[in-house]
Amino acid sequence: MKLKIISAIGLLIAVLFFSCQTEDEITFARYYSTGSVVYQNKCQNCHGKDGQGLSALMPPLTDSVFLKANKALLPCIVKYGAKGKLMIINQHPFEGNMPPVDLAPIEIAEVLTYVTNSFGNKAGVVTAQQVEADLSKCN
Amino acid sequence: MKKLIGGMVALLALGACKFNTGPTATLPVYGNRTPVTKTVGGKTVTDTIYQTIPAFKTVNQYGDSITSKNLAGNIYVADFFFTTCPSICPVMHRNMLNVYNAFKADKEVKIISYSIDPKHDSVNVLKKYADNLGIAGNTWWLLQGKKEEIYKLSESYLVRKPEEDARQLFIHDGYFILVDKQKRIRGTYDGTLPEQVTKLIADIKTLKTEPDQITGK
Repeated sequence: MKLKIISAIGLLIAVLFFSCQTEDEITFARYYSTGSVVYQNKCQNCHGKDGQGLSALMPPLTDSVFLKANKALLPCIVKYGAKGKLMIINQHPFEGNMPPVDLAPIEIAEVLTYVTNSFGNKAGVVTAQQVEADLSKCN
Repeated sequence: MKKLIGGMVALLALGACKFNTGPTATLPVYGNRTPVTKTVGGKTVTDTIYQTIPAFKTVNQYGDSITSKNLAGNIYVADFFFTTCPSICPVMHRNMLNVYNAFKADKEVKIISYSIDPKHDSVNVLKKYADNLGIAGNTWWLLQGKKEEIYKLSESYLVRKPEEDARQLFIHDGYFILVDKQKRIRGTYDGTLPEQVTKLIADIKTLKTEPDQITGK
C-alpha cells in the first residue's frame, strides 16, 4: 500500500516536472524527433545509424568540433551537396562527393538539430530561420 | 470437454511446428532445375541439373583479368553495385564488410561485387573505392565488365535486372547471393539488413561443412 502511494506521488512529480518544459525545450524535442525521421530517410544509408560513416568513403558525423566550426555551412552542404570538397573530419581527409538532398529549410533545421545533438554532439536547436539565413549565403 | 479439445489443438499445433523445423542443416538450392534421364550400365537413372552461374569475363580493382575460372574451388557471395550509388550501396557494403571481416583469412570464401556502371567505374575508380572502404588482398573483388554482359549476368543471379532512370541513376536491388563451389545459388539475402547478413555469415559456415563443398566436385 505504502509503495503504491509513493509511486503515485513519484508519478505526479514526474508529470509536473515534464509539463514544466519551456517552449524552447518543446521546440527542440519536436525538431529532434522529426529530424530523426528525416535522417533515417535521407542520410542514414551513407552516414550510418550511429553517424559512424563508412570507412574512408563516407565521413562520420561524430566530429563535434567540425560541426561547430562549420555550423553556418551545414545547411549548404545538405541542400547543395559537397562535390570535390576536401573535409578533415576526425583527423581524416574526406573528399566530398555528397549528392544534394532536396529538403525544405524546416526539414534541414530538423535534421541538423538531430545530427548536432546525436552521436555524442550537443549543440542545441537549429532553427528554420537560421537555416534560411545560412542558405542565402551559400556559394 | 472444451479444455480437452483446446489441449488437443495445442498439441497438434506444437507437433506441426516441430515437423516443420526438421533436423537437416543443409541449405536449399535455388533456381530452375531440369531432370535428365540417361542410361548408365544398362540402368535408366534420372539426374537433376541445377541452374548454375554462367561463365563471365571481367577485370578486378587491381587490373587483373577475372573469369569464372578464378572462382573455381570457391564459395562466394555476389552483389551488384556502383561506386557513385547514393542510395543503398553504402549500407550494403557496410554490411558486406562484416562478411569480409569474417572470412578474409579463409581462402575458400570470396566476395565479388559487379559494377553496373562500368563506364564510370574504371579499374582506378574501383581501386580507390576499395582503398577507401578499407579492403585489401584478394578476398573481395570489385569487378568491371561489359555492361550488357553484367546486366545479362544479373538475371542468372536471380536479382532484378538493373535499369537506368531518366536522371542516369541506376536502379537495382540490394541482394547478396550465396554461390557454392558447383556455381549453384544457395541463398539470397537482403544486403541492406544487418540481421540478414548475419544469417548469410552463419549460412556460409553451414555450407562449408557439406560433403560436396569439402570435395569441391
